[in-house]
Amino acid sequence: MSLTEKQVSQIAYLARLSLSNEALKSNTKDLNSILSLAEQLAEIDTNDITPMAHPLHMTQRLREDKVTEQDQSESFQAIAPKIGKKHYLVPTVIE
Amino acid sequence: MEWETVIGLEIHAQLSTKSKIFSAAATQYGAEPNTQACAVDLGLPGVLPVLNVEAVNKAIKFGLAINAHINQRNVFDRKNYFYPDLPKGYQISQLDWPIVGEGEIDITLGGDTKTIGITRAHLEEDAGKSIHDLYNDYTAVDLNRAGTPLLEIVSDPDMRSAKEAVAYAKKIHTLVQYIGICDGNMQEGSFRCDANVSIRPMGQEKLGTRAELKNINSFKFLERAINLEVERQQDILEEGGEVAQETRLYDAVKHETRSMRSKEEANDYRYFPDPDLLPVEISDELLDKIRAELPELPMEKKARFIAEFGLSEYDADVLTSQKYLADYFETLLQVNQSQAKLCANWVMGELSASLNKNQIEIQDSPVSAQQLSLLITRISDNTVSGKIAKDVFKAMWDGEGSADDIIKSKGLKQMTDTGEIEAIVDEIIANNAPQVEQFKSGNEKILGFFVGQAMQATQGKANPKLLNEMLRSKLG
Repeated sequence: MSLTEKQVSQIAYLARLSLSNEALKSNTKDLNSILSLAEQLAEIDTNDITPMAHPLHMTQRLREDKVTEQDQSESFQAIAPKIGKKHYLVPTVIE
Repeated sequence: MEWETVIGLEIHAQLSTKSKIFSAAATQYGAEPNTQACAVDLGLPGVLPVLNVEAVNKAIKFGLAINAHINQRNVFDRKNYFYPDLPKGYQISQLDWPIVGEGEIDITLGGDTKTIGITRAHLEEDAGKSIHDLYNDYTAVDLNRAGTPLLEIVSDPDMRSAKEAVAYAKKIHTLVQYIGICDGNMQEGSFRCDANVSIRPMGQEKLGTRAELKNINSFKFLERAINLEVERQQDILEEGGEVAQETRLYDAVKHETRSMRSKEEANDYRYFPDPDLLPVEISDELLDKIRAELPELPMEKKARFIAEFGLSEYDADVLTSQKYLADYFETLLQVNQSQAKLCANWVMGELSASLNKNQIEIQDSPVSAQQLSLLITRISDNTVSGKIAKDVFKAMWDGEGSADDIIKSKGLKQMTDTGEIEAIVDEIIANNAPQVEQFKSGNEKILGFFVGQAMQATQGKANPKLLNEMLRSKLG
């Protein structure tokens, strides 16, 4: 499996990364060499192996359903680029 | 050409927890913007999501209620996309290992029962809210809703008409309220439906290309949006065109669906397991505990209403169609055990009519179950007739007091004194000789005339049974 430059530029767009032509070429090369390294895994029979969702052999600890957070909106909004009356303001999103 | 409609629904039920799914901020609806969005909800650096145990328990509850397979090991994934109301740039959801696997639910439509398959139900966090019409040059973002726990319930493409889709959505709506995992409030967005709609030539097995309808916040709109979409697709296909796979927004005001292209181009979510969250393990003990705590489900309640109270299939169906309706009915029965049919008639008759007319939900009824219960007792102990009781009910609805207060203050107590009624009957018979002759010559219908006269003379208060008996014996 290998990626074309077109696919890499699509992935870059989805991640909102802007790549120069040069960077696109070198990134495509790098990604393909990572993929070919990973391809060695295909040689192993994994039929009886449960897919791993997490490298740690532990399970999720759960939290009691209790509200302990206080309203800290003032300090959060102090670092926001723009706020209105309690709203965060962002450039208009047209639907 | 004849077309077959194929519909699958994705229902988002907001789980009624106090705190969010991955943070300890409150979930209460209607708070001042952004006052319930903590550092975790905002996706600030260095925060760690920790799963809410109640969200897990409620999802399990739903799974058990639809006889689904519960995945005792399930995993959270990141669904990546950019939108201002999604601060982290990804939504935590479940893809390959959802908490609830395959299940099913029966719907009844026009007397026919059909089983609808449920593909899966998974836990996820809600996004915030974008408000586009508050400012001219900006979109305003309220992140209070961000991180609210949702259960997304995905059906198989088993529905063949808008009506079936509505019946299924209502069934799920009733169920989540019965088992107490969601308040079902559609205006506040606690229960939302997206519909995947496609059509195919009748008899063809392969599914047509589907469109996903979003922004549907009532059952009425669900039916309308689907019918509208089916018509649109038929027009396209009959003109030789092709249906595009896309997301369409339903506009209830303009009564149209329109393409939402902005969401389409980002439709590559690059899911991967969330490294911040470990796999969730659910023990057999927990499953047994939740199973034991499950309340009576709508189908079970319906069967019991028929068996225990002798209600008809239809009555039992209507009374169990909403949790609050069933609760109301059962409260009436606590005092009026032997009057199940009378109670059912009142709930489905006067009460429902008044609620519908004023567009009030039963849980907000101005006449409480306890109040109506007393009125029903007064009917069964012959204090008032069924007809007068309707007037008493109206006064109760208008807040004029309890049934007893109203009966007393308006002097509506039924006349059961035989002597009193007899005097009135005698007078009417004496004054209406021609009608008496007609009755004696076999005109049974004229009896109604005498009843009417007597009721008029007593302002409707004569006990109808006594009156009828007396008239027959005197005239006969």
